[in-house]
Amino acid sequence: MSIARANRLTPYFFMAPAVVIMAIALLYPLGYMVWGSFKDWDPSQSIGEAEFVGLKNYVTLWNDPNFWESASVTLRFAFFVVSFEMVLGVGLALLLDRNIRGMSVLRTMFILPMMIAPVVVGLMWRYMYHPTVGTFNRTLDSLGIPGVDWLGQHALTSVIIADIWQWTPFIFILALAALQSLPRSALEAARIDGATAWQQIWYIKLPLMMPVLIVTGLLRLIDAFKVLEVILVMTEGGPGLSTEILALRISRTATEFRELGVAAALSNYLLLMLLAFTLGMFGFTRWQEARAAKIRTADEEDA
Amino acid sequence: MSQAYEKQNPAFYALLAALVFMSVGPVLLMFTNSFKLDVDITSGTSGLLFFPTIQNYETALCDILWYEPKHLEFCSLKFGGAFINSLIIALISTFLTLVIGCMAAYGLVRFRFMGRDTVSLTTLMVRMVPPAVLLVPVFGLWNNEFCLDRDGLVGGAIRDTFGGRGDVCLAGTHAGIILVYVAMNLPFVIWILQSFIIQVPRSLEEAARVDGAGPFQVFFKVVLPLIKPGLAAAAIFTFRIAWNEYLLASALSDRNTRTVPILIVNNMSEFNVEWGVIMATGMLLAIPPIIFTLFASRQIITGMTAGAVKG
Repeated sequence: MSIARANRLTPYFFMAPAVVIMAIALLYPLGYMVWGSFKDWDPSQSIGEAEFVGLKNYVTLWNDPNFWESASVTLRFAFFVVSFEMVLGVGLALLLDRNIRGMSVLRTMFILPMMIAPVVVGLMWRYMYHPTVGTFNRTLDSLGIPGVDWLGQHALTSVIIADIWQWTPFIFILALAALQSLPRSALEAARIDGATAWQQIWYIKLPLMMPVLIVTGLLRLIDAFKVLEVILVMTEGGPGLSTEILALRISRTATEFRELGVAAALSNYLLLMLLAFTLGMFGFTRWQEARAAKIRTADEEDA
Repeated sequence: MSQAYEKQNPAFYALLAALVFMSVGPVLLMFTNSFKLDVDITSGTSGLLFFPTIQNYETALCDILWYEPKHLEFCSLKFGGAFINSLIIALISTFLTLVIGCMAAYGLVRFRFMGRDTVSLTTLMVRMVPPAVLLVPVFGLWNNEFCLDRDGLVGGAIRDTFGGRGDVCLAGTHAGIILVYVAMNLPFVIWILQSFIIQVPRSLEEAARVDGAGPFQVFFKVVLPLIKPGLAAAAIFTFRIAWNEYLLASALSDRNTRTVPILIVNNMSEFNVEWGVIMATGMLLAIPPIIFTLFASRQIITGMTAGAVKG
């Protein structure tokens, strides 16, 4: 009898530590943040001492042009990063999907940039972008071309390039895995029917890879909103606000301006934005699946 | 097909070489620069013509070297201590995340606790939360709420033994940082591990059960050895995040618990960057992940694809 009860309780034993830790260190802090965003909160106060100000922090942010600038930088960064990386990564995967020797060595080389600390990535690129001693300007100089003000005038582009360097391999690896798990029969049938390489890619490979590509793009999009250390080390958000993404702005509001309430409200805006994106993507894929299913049934009825 | 393949060969391999150069080049550049004196880095004598020196590494590691480097007046960069902090935090949080995550994943799969979709959705939701969003609440909570009160029994005892302002908070301790990392990584680890646990045949467990093993014995003696590849992948990913993370660590640590990324960022924001030394510290921070990549790239790729491709 007691053994039966012990067995019934086992799942709870197995789950308990994870649930407790996530409740303490993820859910509770998130709730705490929502509560704190309604308060005029200073780092020296505890949240109980802070004055309740209602939606003031949200309104302040809404009317703050710097917030909108930051949001626009974040969106531009995420958009360019994800689209370039998707095109490059999937393109490379289609190109390199061959049986060549040393493919595993190649993949090892490609995942290296992802594994290195973002702080170090920022460090390397800051050196390479350096106006006088940096690799790029020195190369341009030796070719007789005037140097480019990488982290000044073109800061956002430079930051985007660095991120593309670091994260294109992620898309590449996932797209390659998707390609190699495609049903061989479909490809062979297409080949026998005389489809050209382009037709195979366009009508067979890409549509079949689509589910994985959507998930990959979504994951990358989510991560693009998290990029902070690389930009912090390379430009510290500057010059001006040109590379100050929202994550960086949150950290500056909290540590430099010492306005925890505003920073919390900012965090909530960022979370809402991410939530909207994720749900939008989910909704879009659902809608597409439903449409595809409808077309399929319509075809079957016609036949 | 095979003819076209033959024709493309030289260009194809040139492209491969260019790609490898692009992805590894910056790392190699940092590696060579870390062995150069600042004079050599800034003077423009680029290329491989320089006299390699380990002076930068001596400067970086001066607080744990057994001898005093000749070129240093005193040791200002406490890299060694930060390195040890990083190691402690990364190793302990990896270990805890794996143990707890493994148990949870097993509970989820074998006892049909919740649907697989719920877990995937939760994982995605938690993955969505940027560390920057956790910064404010974690800073507030760890400094003000998660404290042992000075009037309480344990807090009072700690104050009597160690002195200090009385209430002992999670902020500034290794445990505080570890707690955040474990919580941040758990969903991902659970997600990866459950995709491995599902593949363990149930009959094996039942056989062990018939032989008289309890649920915990089944878990540790039968299931764990079978999901080693998944564990390796999860371990590498957790370690990577805990080892590389900067933002939360910088908010939660004090002078004694600083990790390496904080040290690097602090030194980068100074006006006059000492490129040689900073690249040496960067290289030291990058070495563990590089070693993992070289020796366990298969597990890393498994871990990356397990989430998205098998979904």
